[in-house]
Amino acid sequence: MHWDWQIFLSDDGGGRTYLEWMLQAWGWTLAVALSAWCVAVSVGTLVGVLRTLRSSPWISRLALAWVELFRNIPLLVQVFLWYFVLPKLWPAMQQFPSFWLVALALGLFTSARIAEQFRAGIESIKSGQTQAALALGMTRAQMYQFVLMPVALRVILPPLTSESMNLLKNSSIAFAVSVPELTMFAMQAQEETSRGIEIYLAVTLLYAVSAFAVNRLFALLEKRLRLPMAGGEGGARTPGAAPMATPLGLGH
Amino acid sequence: MLDLDLSFVTLELMRKFILQGFVFSVQLTVVASLGGLVIGTLLAICRLSGWKTLAALSAFYVNTMRSIPLVMVILWFYLLIPLLTGHSIGVEFSAYFTFVAFEAAYFSEIMRAGISSVSPGQKNAALALGLTPAQSLQQVILPQAFRNMLPVIFTQTIVLFQDTSLVYAIGAYDLLKGFVTAGKIYGRPEEAYLLAAVIYFALSWAASWGVKRLETRIAIVR
Repeated sequence: MHWDWQIFLSDDGGGRTYLEWMLQAWGWTLAVALSAWCVAVSVGTLVGVLRTLRSSPWISRLALAWVELFRNIPLLVQVFLWYFVLPKLWPAMQQFPSFWLVALALGLFTSARIAEQFRAGIESIKSGQTQAALALGMTRAQMYQFVLMPVALRVILPPLTSESMNLLKNSSIAFAVSVPELTMFAMQAQEETSRGIEIYLAVTLLYAVSAFAVNRLFALLEKRLRLPMAGGEGGARTPGAAPMATPLGLGH
Repeated sequence: MLDLDLSFVTLELMRKFILQGFVFSVQLTVVASLGGLVIGTLLAICRLSGWKTLAALSAFYVNTMRSIPLVMVILWFYLLIPLLTGHSIGVEFSAYFTFVAFEAAYFSEIMRAGISSVSPGQKNAALALGLTPAQSLQQVILPQAFRNMLPVIFTQTIVLFQDTSLVYAIGAYDLLKGFVTAGKIYGRPEEAYLLAAVIYFALSWAASWGVKRLETRIAIVR
């Protein structure tokens, strides 16, 4: 077979080249992923914290129900529920563009996973820390804010990295409700041009590049947040190698 | 307000629309998990073989698969198989190939972790007893790796079952498509989507509960 990369410079019939169309679609993919990520991290953190509240079992059970609900229904079905069923239930939602519905669906779907990671992260902290915080006279809220969360955040960064990459890949689901993102572009442009391999290769590359960028961003974050005395790479094995700049290494 | 009317849901509807899709979804899950597990284990063995080219090839395959959205992989296979083989094999068979190839990458990472979780003393002891490297892998390492990873393997299979709904992209007739079709024919799409959600939830939730029980049952006290 022979390649025909010129296809990206040809007009798609609407006054733009396929390349321009693809870059716009990339923008949609990133926008869906970023909005969903904000929903996922904020809701996921909240639900994850609620899961660890031993003092109020009903709240923690409710949080568990949230996790089970969003974890056990396929993402595509959830997207359909948001797009077809909920607007019937609540007519005001009919005004919502499908972009926001997909971002919400993807965000809440991912929030269940992030909540579980946060719960595991918080539960991995030795109980001595909790007891010390309470003995110092901290309230529960202060204990979470100043003791548990800063530690848990660092613990969950690696799983959060792969979950964020998953979220980016999962944003391809938006094709099902006609958000003009990369997968939708791939399907339509493939049909119009019959140059499927070139189109798919370019789209696949953009997904891979985006996922890699997410990976690097988190690696950077992890490096900045690493505690000088903590374990992990270059931590415990070379004590004193990194100067203890601020008590939590957060003072930038 | 949504007024639900579930009166269209009858045994006949289940038999006519849902059953076929359900059977396909389950078959796809079983074929993909077994095929993916076998190929994934081979990939993991290659990765850990210490043979540089083989390990690099295996790593490349796994990392590539894991960096592409499943929907794109489904589209790729659907496009490429007819181009390579010269004839169309239909959406269902295309889905089987796609999912085996895709899941192999994920199962390979699970098995790699499983093999690494077996302490090196086991291999040394097996070799000292006169077993060949292949025998030690087959009779000492892999059984323990499988056992250690069994809950993770099942959890991945549940995820896989949910992911089979993505064959929607090429129009294969699976459980979800069964509900969508029935909803269209009876003019009750909302109820159909809700029912699909309930069925998927019930199946996945029950399966996760089973995995949790299994986990406590097979746990070895060390």
